[in-house]
Amino acid sequence: MTPISPPSAPPAAAEDELSPTLASKKVVPLRHPWRWVAGAVALVVLAQAAHALVTNPAFQWDAFGYWFFRPVVLEGLVLTLELTGLAAVFGLLGGIVLALMRLSRNPVLRAVSWGYVWIFRSIPLIVLLLFLANVTALYSTLSLGIPFGPSFVEFSANDLLSFFVVAVLGLSLNEAAYAAEIVRSGIISVDQGQLEAASALGLPKWRQYRRIILPQATRAIIPSYANQLIGLLKGTSVVYITSLLELFGVVQTQASTNSGQIIPLLMVGTVWYVILTSLLSVVQYYVERHFSRGALRTVPPTPFQRFRARLRAVGVAR
Amino acid sequence: MTTLTRPAVSVRGAVKSYNGLRVLDDIDFIARTGEVTAIIGPSGSGKSTLLRAINHLEPLDSGFVTVDGELIGVRLYRGRLRELSERAILRQRSRIGFVFQNFNLFPHLSVLANLVEAPVVTQGVPRAEAAARARELLARVGLADKADAYPRQLSGGQQQRVAIARALALRPRLLLFDEPTSALDPELVGEVLAVLRDLAASGTTMVVVTHEIGFARDVADHVVFLDAGRVVEQGPPAEVLVSPREERTREFLGKLI
Repeated sequence: MTPISPPSAPPAAAEDELSPTLASKKVVPLRHPWRWVAGAVALVVLAQAAHALVTNPAFQWDAFGYWFFRPVVLEGLVLTLELTGLAAVFGLLGGIVLALMRLSRNPVLRAVSWGYVWIFRSIPLIVLLLFLANVTALYSTLSLGIPFGPSFVEFSANDLLSFFVVAVLGLSLNEAAYAAEIVRSGIISVDQGQLEAASALGLPKWRQYRRIILPQATRAIIPSYANQLIGLLKGTSVVYITSLLELFGVVQTQASTNSGQIIPLLMVGTVWYVILTSLLSVVQYYVERHFSRGALRTVPPTPFQRFRARLRAVGVAR
Repeated sequence: MTTLTRPAVSVRGAVKSYNGLRVLDDIDFIARTGEVTAIIGPSGSGKSTLLRAINHLEPLDSGFVTVDGELIGVRLYRGRLRELSERAILRQRSRIGFVFQNFNLFPHLSVLANLVEAPVVTQGVPRAEAAARARELLARVGLADKADAYPRQLSGGQQQRVAIARALALRPRLLLFDEPTSALDPELVGEVLAVLRDLAASGTTMVVVTHEIGFARDVADHVVFLDAGRVVEQGPPAEVLVSPREERTREFLGKLI
């Protein structure tokens, strides 16, 4: 180690060079050559990967093109979207109810909500779906009526619980447990003073929640719920075990009937999942931006606005 | 100002305990209509709890509160006081303005929306009328140009003035202030106190929990000194703040200077 030299006055020569004209010149920023090297290495690796993807004949890109828009694949895609949409809606509604129950002052409601989340987070989705698909073994009829008393209407479980209903039910039950925790975390992230101020103003209870608490909670909820939604979208692939042919189910069955096509078919499924997930991410960005009103001093520009501003800046520079 | 006006707020035998600690220990207290009543005392003396009990944000264990002769948060039924329904309590609160130490404005609503919300929802005032009145009130607190801003775009002093305007929007018969300047930078305290002075001059009934002894001396008609959940001394500011009778009051005031 070199000893630290005591501070001393700069040499007289250097001081002479610090002329007033120097003060008006721009400071040359430090160069970062290693940043360029690291960037170049990353680009080479990426190019290699892309090259391998395109040139390896095993990927059978012509077969990929053949399958990508096949009606049978698109039907599976639609089913995936339906399952995701319905489970997202029912799951979120159930989650809000469970979260409010968990936060209520009623100990019975709190315990029931806690128990629900505990059970449904503990059961693997695939096990839950198989249970529901075989529910007729447990209950052959389902009825509407007075609890423990006479029933008014009876259904055969087999008629009511089609595989589609089983899938939506299973996904929603599972989704609600996770959504409940996400919604609850959003609500408790809102400052207690907000509820106090709302009740000091005499706002009715429902209004306090709908107008004051939930909009603020939503901001905290969106990132985790978007994560959850993406998980759900991909999670729908599990329902193929109930012999429901959504996107993954189609890929799976087509691969088993068309030998040697499994790789291009899996790529078709992958690309569709990537496209859907990307769309969800875009929606998330705009929803987040909408709910940031008031939380940020200025709302950030959209990527589109940023792009136009950059174009304009280039135009001005020229 | 007149000293024999009827009480706007009357608190009788207020008792409140947290985990065995008596925060309010049998407090009697009166605030008269058209007057400013200042509550002072060391932290933990129960002054905020007392103020919050007046609009039932803090339910009492025993004792009762009346505002303009009406029981707050409870009703007399077969010789006992019973808690009112949540709905009835909310209705009573909508005529009692409350200003918090931390403003508690709704950050996701514009300043105007903060002011319009309660009159429209709780009093059925048409939205346009509520908005017009909100703009008048903003002008009164010197913030006419901030109607479309969001609370976080304002300074602390501006936020507190908005909070006061929000409380006024309900045309309250009584305004309660919980240390309205304690969360402010020193140079912003003055603008909030100026609004309070203006309200006091216009004859608004106010109860103010405050650490601003100068403000209490200049503006209050009546000063109540609390310590350990009890009223130690009360009277006109010239007596309580200038020549207190009790040793405890003298000690407290001495520490502030």
